[in-house]
Amino acid sequence: MATNWTIDGVKEALASKKISARELSADFYKRIEAKNPELNAYLALTPERARRQADKIDDLVAAGKPLPPLAGVPVAIKDVISTRGTKTTCGSKILENYIPPYDATAVERLEAAGAVILGKTNCDEFAMGSSNENSAYGPVKNPAAPDRVPGGSSGGSAAVVAAGLAVASLGTDTGGSIRQPGSFCGIPAMMGSYGRVSRYGLIAFASSLDRIGPLATNVKDVAAILQVIAGRDPHDSTSTTAPVADYRAELAKPVKGLRLGIPKDYFAEGMDAGVRKKIEAGIEIFKKMGCELIDIRMPHTDYAIATYYIIATAEASSNLARYDGVRYGLRVDDDSLLAMYRKTRGAGFGAEVKRRIVLGTYVLSAGYYDAYYLKGQKVRALIAQDFRDAFTKVDAILTPTSPVPAFKLGERTNDPLQMYLADIYTVTGSLAGVPGISVPCGKIDGKLPVGLQIFGPAFGEARVLQLAYAFEQAGGAAV
Amino acid sequence: MKISREDVLRVAELAYLDLSEAELETYRAQIDEILEYIGKLNELDTANVEPMAQVLSSDQQADATLREDLIVPCAVAEDVLKHAPDPEAPYFRVPKVIER
Repeated sequence: MATNWTIDGVKEALASKKISARELSADFYKRIEAKNPELNAYLALTPERARRQADKIDDLVAAGKPLPPLAGVPVAIKDVISTRGTKTTCGSKILENYIPPYDATAVERLEAAGAVILGKTNCDEFAMGSSNENSAYGPVKNPAAPDRVPGGSSGGSAAVVAAGLAVASLGTDTGGSIRQPGSFCGIPAMMGSYGRVSRYGLIAFASSLDRIGPLATNVKDVAAILQVIAGRDPHDSTSTTAPVADYRAELAKPVKGLRLGIPKDYFAEGMDAGVRKKIEAGIEIFKKMGCELIDIRMPHTDYAIATYYIIATAEASSNLARYDGVRYGLRVDDDSLLAMYRKTRGAGFGAEVKRRIVLGTYVLSAGYYDAYYLKGQKVRALIAQDFRDAFTKVDAILTPTSPVPAFKLGERTNDPLQMYLADIYTVTGSLAGVPGISVPCGKIDGKLPVGLQIFGPAFGEARVLQLAYAFEQAGGAAV
Repeated sequence: MKISREDVLRVAELAYLDLSEAELETYRAQIDEILEYIGKLNELDTANVEPMAQVLSSDQQADATLREDLIVPCAVAEDVLKHAPDPEAPYFRVPKVIER
């Protein structure tokens, strides 16, 4: 049976009765059974839920009724996104047995659109990490190179799609956690603007940065998933009423004449030579398509990592206060309430999470708030201004997604600062709230995938997708 | 040195987080290095910059999108308690807080 399914391919096969939704999901489970023990990309499977949903789709087919946009499409959900009745661990021991009493809005919308949820994917604990090595349930391996990391934190969501164990997946992005694993695993991966997709049911890491978004094997499928999950949700007051464009209808619009900014600040020292070569070749493709390349400056880029690790850890220290052993998750007993809190949190959180709670609490604490947190918020404003200034001159911005290709498992685990610096090109867009996609841009030595990042202005998802699609159609993945 | 052992202890106390001796020293050294790096923000003059607390523009903020205050059914109490570490419906039970 074919393994390279697309959303259109599934729809066509179902409508022409070449396969039933039930057979299709069963086939995916067979492949998962064979490959997942090696990859460790799925943490939990949901075969009963999948069968119920597949049967609904097969009933529609049998009755000759119209099929919803994602009918029968097998998808995977990152384990920081709540699924009713299915364990949602956040890759943490503190939530090892947590079963949410409700579905995240994005999950609910995927199922309402006909998608079949196969299971939950591995990730860095509470989405904190760039390699998936911070999961309490073991690292994920990169399907393109099994001795290397898949990226993170949505490493499992990228690996299952790249390995053909799901047609698409949901990840979350706080500082690059969708785009960077997409780049490392060689698939397109997107975060919409802050406020574009409801965060209801997304277990919070840093609330002013967290976003849910799609990973898929091709840009058209990324657009189709984003279409379904985007839009206002009364359960999330930061989800906006800004109209959602018809992304798939806009995909094929010509890109000729569009102005693309190349920020010099992203091409400074520290970039792997192989990545640089591929990105330059990728940019050349846009030139050949008739886009106008414009050199721009984004002068605060170099301050983004420092800013990000203040804001993100401060918000995390506050959000993670809820894990106190009282209402859900792990409890380590003690006769005193305060000692119970301390022991529960000390035993339940992993090293990276504890490090960030300590750092985040410190930058918010009396005497340090102004020097760190307030300073971080001010520089964040300057970084956002860099983007607004750039978008007065250009329609989109091209950068590498990551300065390096997938690195070897264990290579960076002892040096948190080095790990943080790998997020240098992605955190800027996170802080500014703009949409960004990573699209495959060749492979180093024919093996290690490189991702090209496209940023658009706030709520400019259609433009970002249009450029990514044109790049893909022009052979960007094979530069 | 930006952060001392006492600082880490104080912060861990604020965050109700038990740390082992080994964790204490490892995190102190790593966070020290991170704070050293963060210090580069002081190169920027931000005296006249408004802090940015969130990204949405004023017409998209929560006060522009508040729903009506309506009571809607939300019968999840049973589900929630079922998975609590020590439930006694309709309560969560915790160790004694007030000593007599």
